[in-house]
Amino acid sequence: MLLDDADRRILRQLLAEPGLATADLAERAGVTAATCWRRLERLRESGILMGEQMLIDWRALGWEVEVSLRFTLDKTDPRAFDEFLDAAREVPEVLEIQTFLGRTDVRLNVIARDMAHWQEIYRHRILTLPHIAEVDALMLVSTIKDSGSLPL
Amino acid sequence: MIDLDETDRAILRALARDAGQSAGALGRALGLSQPATWRRVRRLHDGGAVRGRRVVVDPAALGFGVTVFLGVKLATRGRVSLEDFERAATAIPEVQTVQHVLGLFDYRLRVVARDIADFERVLRRRILTLPGVGQVEANVLLSEERRPGPL
Repeated sequence: MLLDDADRRILRQLLAEPGLATADLAERAGVTAATCWRRLERLRESGILMGEQMLIDWRALGWEVEVSLRFTLDKTDPRAFDEFLDAAREVPEVLEIQTFLGRTDVRLNVIARDMAHWQEIYRHRILTLPHIAEVDALMLVSTIKDSGSLPL
Repeated sequence: MIDLDETDRAILRALARDAGQSAGALGRALGLSQPATWRRVRRLHDGGAVRGRRVVVDPAALGFGVTVFLGVKLATRGRVSLEDFERAATAIPEVQTVQHVLGLFDYRLRVVARDIADFERVLRRRILTLPGVGQVEANVLLSEERRPGPL
């Protein structure tokens, strides 16, 4: 699907402020509400707009610790990736699973209630995952920017 | 800290998958009336359990075929302020996420680009020129999956 300037303006505004009412979105994008509604429908049908998700504030729910764990896997075993990912999906505290091309093979975003809880998860649920060759941890201090925006 | 019961958890799980559903539809799925569902959703928002919404798009369909995560170490800690780095990094349109971390790196950045050549341009012109930037490690994202978390 080819996007024109109106589509791009709508997408930019929508990504900048999700949850905006269609009338407000139309005004910011400089199109009529009817046009805006039609364009959104078209973006949905073409699979560009896939939906909206609510973001949970885990800290407010008492999950104080967030750690990015970066793994290098033992790739001499061809099943290493699949078995590691399957096992990681079984750990409820894992929020995100990403695979990479680079020095890091897999990254897991893991949360815990506090440091004692973190230590327990790390020792008993993480280090027991299969095919780990190396692991290092980045502890989240603060998130300065987190937007789904794209340079459209 | 807000206390959640089983129904609150089910609401959060459902909205984390699809925030577009109405209180009526959500209530029907959970066996609640529409006003009761609406009151609970309101309470979850007011209690701070929700930090926002995310619009899910297909970046590849919009021409952004490459996502790269960068680990950035600051070279001249103390001389360059963290605020300067953060302000400059946040202003780059291709940078979606900036996180201050403890460990091997000081910052994690999520960067989108049209292709690898475009990424190289962003890296050279925008990232490597950030104030105080030192060692940079890049990993190209192959797949990504969000889990429901411990609800």
